[in-house]
Amino acid sequence: MGQRDVVQGTLEMLILKTLALEPIHGYGVATRIEQVSQGVFRVNPGSLLPALARMERAGNVKSEWRASENNRRAKYYALTARGRKALSQEAATWNRQVSAIARIMEA
Amino acid sequence: MRLLSNLIYGLRSLFRKAAIESEMDEELRGFVDASTADKLHRGMTPDQAIRAARVEMGSANAVKHHIRSAAWETKVEIFWRDLCYGVRMLLRSPGFTAVAVLTLALGIGANTAIFQLLDAVRLRSLPVRNPGELTLVHLADLQGWRGHQDTAYPALTNPLWEFVRDHQHVFSQVLAWSPTNLGITVGDHQRLVQGLWVSGDFFNVLGVRPALGRLFTSSDDRPGCGASGVVVSYTFWQSQLGGNPQAIGSTLTVGGHAVPILGVTPNGFTGPEVGHSFDVAAPICSQSAYWTEGNWLDSSTDWWLTVMGRLQPGGSLSMANAGLESLSPAAFAASLRKDYPAENLRDYLHFRLVADPAPGGVSWLRDKYESPLWMLLGLAGFVLLIACANLANLMLARGSARVREFAVRLSLGATKGRLICQLLWESFPLLLLGAASGLLLAGALGKSLIALLSTQGDSLFVDLHPDWRVLGFTAMLATFTALLFGLIPAFRATRLAPSEAMKSGSPRAGGMRESNRLRRGLVITQVALSLVLVTGAVLFARTLANLLTVDAGFREDNILITSLDLSQLDIPVARRLAVKKEIVDRLHDVPGVEAASQVGIVPLSGSSTSNRVWAEGEDRQSGFDPNFNWTGNGYFKTLGTPILAGRDFDQHDTPNSPMVAMVNQEFARRLGKGANPVGLRIRREAAPHEPETVFEIVGLVKNSKYRDLREQFVPIVYLASSQDQDPNPFEQVMLHSALPLPILTSRIKLAIAGKSPQISVDFRVFKTQIRDSLLSERLMAALSGFLGILAALLTAVGLYGVISFLVTQRTHEIGIRMALGAGKRQVLSSILRETLMLTLLGIGVGLPITFSVTRLIASMLFGIKPSDPVAFALAALALCGVGLAAAYIPARRAAAVDPMTALRCE
Repeated sequence: MGQRDVVQGTLEMLILKTLALEPIHGYGVATRIEQVSQGVFRVNPGSLLPALARMERAGNVKSEWRASENNRRAKYYALTARGRKALSQEAATWNRQVSAIARIMEA
Repeated sequence: MRLLSNLIYGLRSLFRKAAIESEMDEELRGFVDASTADKLHRGMTPDQAIRAARVEMGSANAVKHHIRSAAWETKVEIFWRDLCYGVRMLLRSPGFTAVAVLTLALGIGANTAIFQLLDAVRLRSLPVRNPGELTLVHLADLQGWRGHQDTAYPALTNPLWEFVRDHQHVFSQVLAWSPTNLGITVGDHQRLVQGLWVSGDFFNVLGVRPALGRLFTSSDDRPGCGASGVVVSYTFWQSQLGGNPQAIGSTLTVGGHAVPILGVTPNGFTGPEVGHSFDVAAPICSQSAYWTEGNWLDSSTDWWLTVMGRLQPGGSLSMANAGLESLSPAAFAASLRKDYPAENLRDYLHFRLVADPAPGGVSWLRDKYESPLWMLLGLAGFVLLIACANLANLMLARGSARVREFAVRLSLGATKGRLICQLLWESFPLLLLGAASGLLLAGALGKSLIALLSTQGDSLFVDLHPDWRVLGFTAMLATFTALLFGLIPAFRATRLAPSEAMKSGSPRAGGMRESNRLRRGLVITQVALSLVLVTGAVLFARTLANLLTVDAGFREDNILITSLDLSQLDIPVARRLAVKKEIVDRLHDVPGVEAASQVGIVPLSGSSTSNRVWAEGEDRQSGFDPNFNWTGNGYFKTLGTPILAGRDFDQHDTPNSPMVAMVNQEFARRLGKGANPVGLRIRREAAPHEPETVFEIVGLVKNSKYRDLREQFVPIVYLASSQDQDPNPFEQVMLHSALPLPILTSRIKLAIAGKSPQISVDFRVFKTQIRDSLLSERLMAALSGFLGILAALLTAVGLYGVISFLVTQRTHEIGIRMALGAGKRQVLSSILRETLMLTLLGIGVGLPITFSVTRLIASMLFGIKPSDPVAFALAALALCGVGLAAAYIPARRAAAVDPMTALRCE
């Protein structure tokens, strides 16, 4: 595990959350995760792109080729309704886990 | 929905591979470009930015690979590719493929054929409703039993059956049946077909619905029904009645009576007996109508009905047995008829009825052949193991040639699991081919097995079509084989550390030594298993030889058994003896016939009868139960049994003269009145139709076999046919003649027709009957011999392979030795010595296994012990011979090595 890898098992949830704001291409997701986490997390393409492919197979995101901001073709990913549901479920689970850990650490 | 969309997506990707590939490239490129632009923006130089972006991405191929592995269709692609590669490899080396497929086919085919037979005979249930509820009702023990048993299965009398049917509350339903032969008249041509007496409720209890017309009901089976309708089987309807729907209601002439055909049983129902089918079924009550002689419906001494009961819902076998126990005293008291001998009444009234589970129906075939078949299956399993070892060795050799390839791929990042998977998939086409040919072979082998087991006058009918159990067995076998011969080489091939494998020069490193050990281990196992098979084959062959040459006490060759049916002549009882004598004299006069005589029970036919005998003047307790037979004068001359003392029966012995008997040596010994009992008088207990009688012994004959070739000699009392108090209109005559069979039978038919054309004649060859009685021994000898030869052949191939490989490996070393002065003969003998060592090691390992296996077959052997040293020595010698023969060619090759060439090449 590298120093700036995301917490194990949370990559898909983070991607879902990122895409919940607006559809974006692969690089955009990586950039946003790095920015919003203020540099704590950094996802490399070797993990991100396969994760996106997996989520697409699972039906949580859908993709389409569009013109990007600098007028080149890029693959844009967007959340599906199913993905939104998955996001809320995973977020709930995560929150539960985090509160539990916090309770233990403060006891 | 998700699954479906995934599926569709995957299928589309399969067909758009190039487009998807370029899309992925474009996405990755786009990523790198965006990353580069970002870094430029942040202030890096163009070169630094590009480099940093690329380093972030890592290997584009690796990323693409990861993306692809999220999808299922890649796995399919990979699987398909491996499969194609396997097929290509097979096509490229047709010799290897042919040998491998043949090996697999033989191994799998032999096993499946035997399992098919076992399945049909043992494991399948009857195709009836809830076969698990069926039980067989029979006598608990036969102490003091008297009478005549007409069927090979446990049977009750009709009075007993009727009582059980009318008074039992133990079972929910009961049925009774008995196999028989019925004479069908087609045109003016009489044929015997397989018949079945059944109770009225028979089809209803079994849950069999008619295919056409109707089947019997209880009202069809009532006293005095006479020759009412019959039901025919589907096969009979198809073959004899042309499958004509108008057959219902038409008449069939059965036993001289014209009866209507009421219905046809469904296709697939062949009766309650596994191994036999029936043609025509008739109700039990009509037995007295079809058989002019012998009404069994009111007899306590004719045991002919097999009775089965269906357990109550929720009932158990022990409850049923308890019920039968309390029913028994009343049943036997009420079923006693006048013809049962008074002396044995007490024993009769103490009989008990008992029930055993019978979901598979009854089967003489199963009872006799089940253990031999299981044993054969075990042996065939050994052959399959040997075949697998061969294949494993072959695959090992193949795998070792690709060690480099695997090393490279391992170092490039392939996982071991992936490589092993690939190797397994590559062997899949071979496996598929082998299993398919094995199934085909099994079909043919199965049919010949059945043909082997059918005998004259008793053709076997076994439904061999493969059901799910057989297919499952084959699949399991094939998988097991694949794992065995595929996995080990796969593991071996990927075990080598890549650095080792990449070393220059042919792979002769330490890894090879281990692989050699494995190869030798496999060959030693093969030899060990072959020892078991070859020893078994020798033991069974010796058993058969012993049985064929055992002194039966009579001659077996050139004897014809002629069965005559005089019932159509309607001869009054008083005249029957005279007519029969006239016929025997006619037969005696046929040119070419050297001797002829009547006999009641043909030796070794499986029939037997016995009764209590004691010396005159002593009491019944001091006696014993010898076997009985009835013979005409000249019988012993016909069969070549020497008369040791006294005389044979002659024309003076009539029903009105004093009753006489002849005895054999064993009887004299048991009687204990000296070696020559001629002149002594003995008393025979009352038989079903005769009172207690005194006989004078007038002759002593040599011991001969009575029922079975394997038996110890039993005491036999021969009575005179000419003194028969109650002759029936049937006769069996044994003739001794050296004439060829067709000429003999036509002359006999002529002679009989000269007396009257209404006498039906049937022939059996004595020698063939004896051979048929040795059927299971012949089966075991033939099949174990076949398997033994197969095993030896496969082992030879295995040995050849291993020694061949060794020689190739050591070419360099041999070259050096020859250069240093070793001669050709020395090299040859060293290779042969090494082979012999391997073989001897295998024999050593195989000895304890053989000991334990042969102990299992002790009961099947005759005249030879399972640990017979000669048999073991023969087998060991044979294997050594096979080994040396197999190694000869490679050894020659080794001796022909040219030192210069060997030293030059690497």
